[in-house]
Amino acid sequence: MTFDVATIRKDFPVLHRLVNDKPLVYLDSANTSQKPQVVIDALSTFMETGYAPINRSAYQLAAEATDAFEATRSALATFINAPKANEVVFTKNATEALNLVIMSWGRANLKAGDAVLLTHMEHHANIVPWHMLVAERGIQLRWVPLTSDGQLDLTNLDELLKDVKAFSFTSMSNVLGTINPVQRLCVAAHKAGAIAIVDACQSVPHQPTDVQAWGADFAVFSSHKMCGPSGVGVLWGRESLLEAMPPYLGGGNMIADVRLDGFTTAEVPAKFEAGTPAIAEIVALKSAVKYLTDLGMNNIRQHEIELSTYVLNTLTSRFGDDITIHGPTNPELRGATFSFAFRGIHPHDLSQVLDQTNVCVRAGHHCAKPLMRILGANATVRASFYLYNTTQEADALADALDSASDIF
Amino acid sequence: MAGLEDLYREIILDHYRTPRNRGELEAPAVSAEGHNPLCGDEIRIFIDVKDGLVSEVRFNGSGCSISQSSASMMTTAVKGKPVDQVRAIVKRFKQMMTIDEDDNSAIDESINLGDLEALQGVVKFPVRIKCATLGWNTLLDALAESGK
Repeated sequence: MTFDVATIRKDFPVLHRLVNDKPLVYLDSANTSQKPQVVIDALSTFMETGYAPINRSAYQLAAEATDAFEATRSALATFINAPKANEVVFTKNATEALNLVIMSWGRANLKAGDAVLLTHMEHHANIVPWHMLVAERGIQLRWVPLTSDGQLDLTNLDELLKDVKAFSFTSMSNVLGTINPVQRLCVAAHKAGAIAIVDACQSVPHQPTDVQAWGADFAVFSSHKMCGPSGVGVLWGRESLLEAMPPYLGGGNMIADVRLDGFTTAEVPAKFEAGTPAIAEIVALKSAVKYLTDLGMNNIRQHEIELSTYVLNTLTSRFGDDITIHGPTNPELRGATFSFAFRGIHPHDLSQVLDQTNVCVRAGHHCAKPLMRILGANATVRASFYLYNTTQEADALADALDSASDIF
Repeated sequence: MAGLEDLYREIILDHYRTPRNRGELEAPAVSAEGHNPLCGDEIRIFIDVKDGLVSEVRFNGSGCSISQSSASMMTTAVKGKPVDQVRAIVKRFKQMMTIDEDDNSAIDESINLGDLEALQGVVKFPVRIKCATLGWNTLLDALAESGK
């Protein structure tokens, strides 16, 4: 099929909203994505006709809800080519999924002096829980540095990986757009005897994902960035690792038995799913998975490469040295997420001016303060494109940037 | 919708382009640091309190036009004033910046905010209120530091 953005845009009601009589130019999908009608319908239909508790009641309504809930787990396993559906664990967001792995696997496997390797382009969610484990366990952190064009500098990777127990890294930078060589990094980690944890939040919505081809041990991502509802994070992990790990949160649903003197855990994935989850949101996530699958993840990736090419050409040809775009200049090496500095205008001021023409971008540190310090900035403006964005919207961004110069 | 002219008044941009009292003060002056965790803005306020007067005030750091100009205008408003009066000006300014309808505390009409009135438009852009008040809250921290 051909990828027809005009048709795709019809699927997203919010994109047709006028704000102050002007169209919306939504360029903040790395933050959170908009929702197609099929997902909105799935959510409301389930609320209207199918809502019930899961896993604990015998009546037909509850059995149907449980089936719908589990169908999303199976759909996600297929979507990321996980060997087994029970390797997919639902959390409340990707941050919680990372915390689950770091705290559960980390506490069971790391002792004082053990090393963990991270990179300079990680999101706070893949930094702070490790810092917490440093304080709790006395582990040490090492960091893969960056090249000048915002790629991982892998020159000394084997050296850095020496005696490392876990290598935890992003598949795509939420600031630089850099797409990392996940498979190569997993191979290097395993060669050094480390496990590989992939923060896949930024790549899963935008390109095909195959956790088996990656050779990863854990991967996390979020529903809300891939056209699904918010309130749902996904952890995929190898069954053998998940089975060996202690539970993270304790409570209902995660137990086989509870006695006055202790408890035994349920099988995975229930072991890691304490309490009532976001039932309706998880049910509706299946429609997002189907929507993306029907469009074709390769087609989405191709569309974003074309958009990236256009954005890079437009911004550099119109503004030259007045704009500094961080990250790789080759669209094949990056996603359509662009952080930049423009004519010395503070990002907060810039985003305010862009808002005058409904150009929605993020201004700030993007939950990556260590990376911002390396870039020498307190903040950047970030424009991030997705499957529903157009080259005309890239032009609207450039026009809005031009108007900012008149004020400052 | 509030227009940008409500936010970026000429006097604000003037203080942004040409900040007053920018720099540092040596001890025995004290300082405090403020952060806006949402946008990464950082500011440090230095004050020298002598005989109950804020005799000198400086600021440095980096941030958007609103946080920087507000800090600059603040320094000109409080420099040389008694500590009690400085606290009253801070209170008056924060009242102007508030969108809290439950705040019924009396507004001290005797305090003339002067150029600072230009920042009133910020209230129409609620996400920017924290930018405008960053330097002022940090000044309160510095005053607390000087009272130790």
